[in-house]
Amino acid sequence: MTNRFSWFSATSLTLGMAFLYLPILILVVYSFNESRLVTVWGGFSTKWYGELFRNEAFLDAAWVTLRVALISATVATLLGTLAAYALVRAGKFRGRTLFSGMIYAPLVMPEVITGLSLLLLFISIGMDRGITTIILAHITFGMCFASVVVSSRLVAFDASLEEAACDLGCTPVQAFFYVTLPVIAPAIVAAWLLAFTLSLDDLVIASFTSGPGATTLPMKIYSQVRLGVTPEINALSTLLIGFVSIGVILASLAGKRAAVET
Amino acid sequence: MTLPFAPWADPAAEPLIDLRNVTKRFGAFEAVRDLSLTIHEREFFAILGPSGCGKTTLMRMLAGFETPNEGQILLDGQDLTPIPPAKRPVNMMFQSYALFPHLTVEKNIAFGLKREGIPKDEIADRVTDIMRLVQLTDFARRKPDQLSGGQRQRVALARALVKRPKLLLLDEPLGALDKKLRQETQFELMNIQETLGTTFVIVTHDQEEAMTVSSRIAVMRAGELAQVATPTDLYERPETRFVADFIGEVTVLEGRVTTASRGGVGLAAMEDAPDLRVMTEDTPPAGTTAWLALRPEKVSISAARPDGADNALSGKVLDIAYLGNISTYHVELANGTIIKAQESNRQRADRRGITWEDTVWVTWEEDAGVLLRA
Repeated sequence: MTNRFSWFSATSLTLGMAFLYLPILILVVYSFNESRLVTVWGGFSTKWYGELFRNEAFLDAAWVTLRVALISATVATLLGTLAAYALVRAGKFRGRTLFSGMIYAPLVMPEVITGLSLLLLFISIGMDRGITTIILAHITFGMCFASVVVSSRLVAFDASLEEAACDLGCTPVQAFFYVTLPVIAPAIVAAWLLAFTLSLDDLVIASFTSGPGATTLPMKIYSQVRLGVTPEINALSTLLIGFVSIGVILASLAGKRAAVET
Repeated sequence: MTLPFAPWADPAAEPLIDLRNVTKRFGAFEAVRDLSLTIHEREFFAILGPSGCGKTTLMRMLAGFETPNEGQILLDGQDLTPIPPAKRPVNMMFQSYALFPHLTVEKNIAFGLKREGIPKDEIADRVTDIMRLVQLTDFARRKPDQLSGGQRQRVALARALVKRPKLLLLDEPLGALDKKLRQETQFELMNIQETLGTTFVIVTHDQEEAMTVSSRIAVMRAGELAQVATPTDLYERPETRFVADFIGEVTVLEGRVTTASRGGVGLAAMEDAPDLRVMTEDTPPAGTTAWLALRPEKVSISAARPDGADNALSGKVLDIAYLGNISTYHVELANGTIIKAQESNRQRADRRGITWEDTVWVTWEEDAGVLLRA
């Protein structure tokens, strides 16, 4: 076996990459299109970005999305970390397997079902749908991802570190804050970024759980596209892609740091 | 002339640690059973035993991570049982070292002092002193993952010692080091212990390590103490076959006591051979079963029958283990019993002229072995 770069692997890599990223690339290119017609190239321009920032409806939606993502990611990370800590540390309690299975289930549950069941819940308890319900819904699925990320770090964490901290004069609570938390911090950051990114992206669950006056950016884009694609949408999507990419890259860097320090 | 250090032999001496009838159960399993033991100040005390014998549980009870189900643990006469690990004047060096990966060497060592609320400059002084003692001064600002195994071991030691505990617990402290480094570190540990005068309790399964470092050794078996003695006594005067077999190499011959007189017995160990002559202080009555434990280095091997040996048996060389400095011969007697004889190779071993399948004589004096009754 040689590691030489063969024509075969070069071709398959190019094709694969093209398959994945060509549509996105086209979208990004056309966001800089001068022409109003989406499929006709009329020269380079950033005017649609300008249009975008004058569009109140888009800006409102962006602000809603950002608030939802910030709050839900923060709460989801907090709850997810606690759940992971309980699952990894509490030892064998009754129903542990069931509980850990249930934590992971929403990861594979179709979004439509999660969204629908949340909608039914909100209706049955008579909760007005709006930004609060979207946040609650996003906390629900963000927490699952957060707990998966944090628990993988906790599993690798040497439990005798906490004992050493106690031996050196910490109460169990101090041991958690002085030792456990700093050691698992990179995983917590990664979990937050992941939850934040997922919340930015989500269309299906937000559509089910939102109400009048609370429209997130993906929902706005989706409804606009049904009336026809405008170059403004391209510009907006390009910005979203940028944000999400940064989030994912930071999350994976934080995850890598966590792995190195183990 | 200074008296040898042996506070355990003085009935008036107050022990530092006094374990009284301690029992620890995990469910139905008794990890430690009705164990009583005293450890004195300045001792380097080893707890030795095969895995699962309860030695780690015993240590974790001293540290406070486990609470005994029955019995008491006293330190300087004070009951430790209700005191949490954080408040005990006892520190532990963990087997995994348990260094905090997010802190530098310096901060790892200062960690325990900060929790005590000691003034900043005193912390700095004490950390500097201890780092000098364990030769870590050059590594103060490194993180644990930038250190070698031996350096990590020293950080763990310094971090526990800087708290100036009355008792330092060491859980398999050298288990992760390679053999050569382990031997060096053993002597370092002994020097540090002597310099500071702290009482050390080390848990290990490595009998050589226990023999080298400790003032006394407790051999544990299935949650109980098999024997507590100095390394010399443990080796030369084991009380049971388990201890004899666990410490060093040994040949155990089973026999029936035929003649019992003051100071010595005859032991019928083989059918068509004369009774073995064994010197013993504790004379068992005639007719009982007893065991003779023989250390290989006290048994000589020769091609011809030597004159005047107290015990001489003839056999065939089955195996030769050549270790460079010594050679161990496994000699099979006519009835299948194997006796180990060791010769030191002060001359080159091949000059001895004994090889596989040779018929040889193994001989030993009547005071060479130990007569065991259990």
